[in-house]
Amino acid sequence: MTLLYTEVEEELRASVRDLLADRCGPDAVLARIESAAPYDMELWKTLSRDIGVAGLLVPEALGGAGATAREVAVVLEELGRAVAPVPFLTSAVLATRALLEIGEEDLIQELASGDVTAALVVPLAASPYRSPAEAVTVGADGTLSGRVRAVAGADVADVLLVPAGPGALYRVTAEHARIEVAPSLDLTRPVATVTFDGAPGEALGHVERRKVLSFGAGLLASEQLGTAQWCLDATLAHIRERHQFARPIGSFQAIKHRMADLWLDVVRARAAARNAADLLAEPAGDSPELAVAVAKAWCSEVALRVAEESVQLHGGIGMTWEHPVHLYLKRAKAGQIALGSPGAHREALARLADLPGPL
Amino acid sequence: MTAEEVESLARGFLAEHDPGGDRLEFLRARFDAGLAWVHFPAGLGGLGVHRELQQVVEQVLAGTPQLDTGVQAIGLGMAAPTILAFGTEEQKRRFLRPLWTGEEIWCQLFSEPGAGSDLATLATRAVRDGDEWIVDGQKVWTSGAHHARWAILVARTDADVPKHRGLTYFVCDMHAPGVDVRPLRQITGEAEFNEVFLTGVRLGDDLRLGEVGDGWRVAQTTLMNERVAIGGAPVRRGGGMIGVVAETWRSRPELRTHDLHQRLLKLWVEAEVTRLAGARLREQLAAGQPGPEGSGMKLSFAALNQALSGLDVELRGEEGLEYDDWTFRRSDSVDFFGRGAGYRYLRAKGNSIEGGTSEILRNIVAERVLGLPSEPRVDKDVPWKDLPR
Repeated sequence: MTLLYTEVEEELRASVRDLLADRCGPDAVLARIESAAPYDMELWKTLSRDIGVAGLLVPEALGGAGATAREVAVVLEELGRAVAPVPFLTSAVLATRALLEIGEEDLIQELASGDVTAALVVPLAASPYRSPAEAVTVGADGTLSGRVRAVAGADVADVLLVPAGPGALYRVTAEHARIEVAPSLDLTRPVATVTFDGAPGEALGHVERRKVLSFGAGLLASEQLGTAQWCLDATLAHIRERHQFARPIGSFQAIKHRMADLWLDVVRARAAARNAADLLAEPAGDSPELAVAVAKAWCSEVALRVAEESVQLHGGIGMTWEHPVHLYLKRAKAGQIALGSPGAHREALARLADLPGPL
Repeated sequence: MTAEEVESLARGFLAEHDPGGDRLEFLRARFDAGLAWVHFPAGLGGLGVHRELQQVVEQVLAGTPQLDTGVQAIGLGMAAPTILAFGTEEQKRRFLRPLWTGEEIWCQLFSEPGAGSDLATLATRAVRDGDEWIVDGQKVWTSGAHHARWAILVARTDADVPKHRGLTYFVCDMHAPGVDVRPLRQITGEAEFNEVFLTGVRLGDDLRLGEVGDGWRVAQTTLMNERVAIGGAPVRRGGGMIGVVAETWRSRPELRTHDLHQRLLKLWVEAEVTRLAGARLREQLAAGQPGPEGSGMKLSFAALNQALSGLDVELRGEEGLEYDDWTFRRSDSVDFFGRGAGYRYLRAKGNSIEGGTSEILRNIVAERVLGLPSEPRVDKDVPWKDLPR
């Protein structure tokens, strides 16, 4: 158990960061978000083939890297730092985790290589603590029908993993669903409405949706940490350079004190995110559930606070489309809602930390 | 020296010394065996090994006579590291052993009525007189001065140079003639602090710590250690002030409301991430990669303690309207978590003032950690005597 980064993790971070610096700079992302292909699937293929990120969670015997949530978290930090439009969270974390829970092997091997991309068909806003009304039903002929809104990564998925019926997970080929991308708040992780109308599905087995979502929420905290870190760094660079009243605006205490507070929030976000990743990697002693709730509740709010302050402290330029900070604000706001809002995770702590509510 | 060797040393010591015998004899022997603070050099209560190995010693010696860390806080947390860093061999041998065993209590003569956040502008004068210094001035917010044998003191020895350059650091004999300690009543009703008047106090030059004019640098060592001492102590999950409030919450279901519940859960999360950041910081220090996180720990600690102790009073309702005891008396030691909820609430107000106000700490984080430029300074190159006051 360590809250620090291992050497292997730092090496992984460096390769991801180098590639993103080369291929996924702010200008490239800004240009892409309004194109016909908001997700950068070429970058995704390179990340998967050259660095092996798609198969991090997959055992070596199945063609993966046999790594853990700790390495996944480091990749997420870097992807968050670049608001990289790739389906890592949706395919390599959520969908892969669901398949691992079931013990499905063939599809996992395909996902590990990055050749095939999958998405779990749940709203990105799904909470690990709440059972949703059944959105997709299984007909007498075994086909699936229903509609799920705000699904992330569906439009670039080859395979859809659809929870339907009590705890069952179905595999549906993407062509058999209608996937309509909605204009999305988060431009770098757009969501789509997925409709099934008598789609042929293959039952894969039983999956505990709650566990998969909790795993994703705990790791999303690391992505939020990366987003927050970029906003903090960008703001620091700006306020050191920007002069008003004949001095850098970063020399005014009214601004410095806010930066100090934000920094302290990020320091604590890092500790919380590392703790969750570590316990998700090896849930030996302590249950990861509490660590996940703490990390997602805290990191959601910190990422959003730092992004909002970043817009404010950039002044006029922060309000423009041209400056990339809005991409981070939008990612942070969407991330707040994703996989359980901060309030939902705090509510769970009432049980997890033995702090029961009013009788 | 490995952890196993330290452990066997501690076990050997325990076999030879009866922890049920005389407390002071036991502590003195422990110091002499190098088991007081293992990271100190051999001969000064340590073994010259990494400070993480102290845990090994503490585990073996759990259940034996312990230090009174409340009364000894300033000696252990601030005076000792400063003496170790700047003291002469003679000073280290004279002061460290009784400081550690608690035979001699220490206090801190830094703040003055006119020099709080701007400590370097302090006005207490030390004038050389042969082998002695004559000290005149007034200090304030001096915890434990009423039972202190010694004090760490910063005084002005040169008024003709800019403020930071004219200071010298001393050990002050609290029993010397001219030292007058008066209790200072605080918002809690008691007097944990004092004001100390120094009138013609004569200190030998052998009580000077560091060079003449180098007092500001020496004081930085003390202050850095103070901030770690206040904010950096390890706590278990759900421990410290959150533990106190959670206990009230669990045992008194009739006090619960939805609003209080939301706020409690929020603070519980904050307490937990702050605890984790402290744990991460200690891991970094142990791995020899000291991070800048330390500067922020006291800031978080102060804000959390204040919010939690405030919630505790509010939560108690009728009981929150009462106060345990306003009697003006001198407290024996500093206790952030003791007494009633009202006391804890009021005492916590000091957390963002003592040992560097939260405003000054934010400046430190912003300038030294984040590299932001300082405010324009009007007092930097002006001789101290010419500063407006």
